[in-house]
Amino acid sequence: MSDDAKQSIVRSTLNGRPRRDFVPDNMLLVDFLRETVGLTGTKIGCDGGECGCCTVLIDGEPRHACLTLAAVCDGTEIETIESLDTGGRLAAIQRGFNEKLGAQCGFCTPGMVMAAEGLLRENPNPTDDDIRAGLAANICRCTGYVKILEAVHFAADELAGRNKEAAA
Amino acid sequence: MEFMPDFKLHRPDNIEDAVRLRAEEPDALFVAGGTDMIVNVRRGIEQPKHLIDITAIEELKSILPDGDGLHIGAGVSLKELQSDEDVLRDYPAVAEAARAVAGPTHQEYGTVGGNLCLDTRCLFYNQSEWWRQSNDYCLKERGDTCHVAPGGKRCFAAFSGDVAPSLLVYGAEIDVVGPNGRRRMPLTDLYRNDGMAHLTLEAGDMLTAVHLPKALAGSPSRYEKARVRGSIDFPLAGAAVRLETDGKTVKDFVVALTAVNPYPQIVKGTDAYVGRELTGEALDEIRELVRKQAKPMRTTTVAPWYRRRVVGALARRLTEELAG
Repeated sequence: MSDDAKQSIVRSTLNGRPRRDFVPDNMLLVDFLRETVGLTGTKIGCDGGECGCCTVLIDGEPRHACLTLAAVCDGTEIETIESLDTGGRLAAIQRGFNEKLGAQCGFCTPGMVMAAEGLLRENPNPTDDDIRAGLAANICRCTGYVKILEAVHFAADELAGRNKEAAA
Repeated sequence: MEFMPDFKLHRPDNIEDAVRLRAEEPDALFVAGGTDMIVNVRRGIEQPKHLIDITAIEELKSILPDGDGLHIGAGVSLKELQSDEDVLRDYPAVAEAARAVAGPTHQEYGTVGGNLCLDTRCLFYNQSEWWRQSNDYCLKERGDTCHVAPGGKRCFAAFSGDVAPSLLVYGAEIDVVGPNGRRRMPLTDLYRNDGMAHLTLEAGDMLTAVHLPKALAGSPSRYEKARVRGSIDFPLAGAAVRLETDGKTVKDFVVALTAVNPYPQIVKGTDAYVGRELTGEALDEIRELVRKQAKPMRTTTVAPWYRRRVVGALARRLTEELAG
């Protein structure tokens, strides 16, 4: 234990771009994202992993950015809410929340959208129960969840090309 | 940014280095998923000088059938545990318990070892720094009074892991690696009835794997818990039941409980039902047997009498369902 520096080099891919950062060992991923990189889309709601507002995708899987140390993300691919749109065009899950009014105050929305994105990648055709189980770690105090269920269904239909058929 | 103690992070890629680091530094802690550990660090409950992240150790991450059963690495995530075919088929309560831990996001990176070594929980302990400070802390941490049982010198913080009881009903064993090498022991020997120091691991010891015996593969079992928030929460009380019958009378019957004592416990006296038929009367007796051995204290927002009643009801219901 000759190396006493309490910081580590973290090589990661953040929203598609490779990065190399020096981060303090005790820095949480959420603070790295918000304070160091300036990506403030990821929210801090509680201090105990109870609300899910800080959910990001690490190697494609949902994870709490406020219970993850930035230093352990070395070698991973991190995706935040800022990564979803393509040149200003909303992703299917974002369009779902927009079309179906899945957001009210909006504070839980980034975490909810990322958890839903993770769910849809694993299960492109979720049932109501699948969505309820998949988003159970995310709390929303406004919507009552009905509109969020509709938003995720909308996105699943969109990804499967079913919305176009309905429109035509 | 919140309060975070100033620690050094280590990321060993093998068990030997991890154990050596832990033995060298008295003020070090192991962390895997961190779903509970990082919360405690953020709240100042734990103030380690060194954190040893063990997620880079590949050896801890496999589920493998071996000669005498199923080997489950301590670093296996709860998500992998609940979706593993061998676990689902042969040890159903274990998969069910993994599915019951917190919420789906926690299950993605929370680990088997972490859930087994989960710190005990209490209303007066799992709080923010200013909350605990304004109560003059508690017996378990920095203080000298237990707010649950003032006057006493015992800590009643409840063990709140979901996976342990489901493994206990199968008589699981664990591998522990310490400075003096590797040893195998029954999972029951990992715990003691003391909320302050509920794990028997010595400094430098690391839980590396769990073994489920082949002889009990396929034995029917269930796990269920009561909690405040159905979507995501620690158990107020949890029960695992493993029951084999010959269609009518009991052949093998084990019940294990969590969250109603400082350690996960196997209910004593269930072997008295071997050879008996599970009538309504027998099921009521089992409910009372379970209630008597559960000793929940005022460690949650929900009253102890309710948790004692609910744990009996859960055990009775699961037994009835398994009896078919």
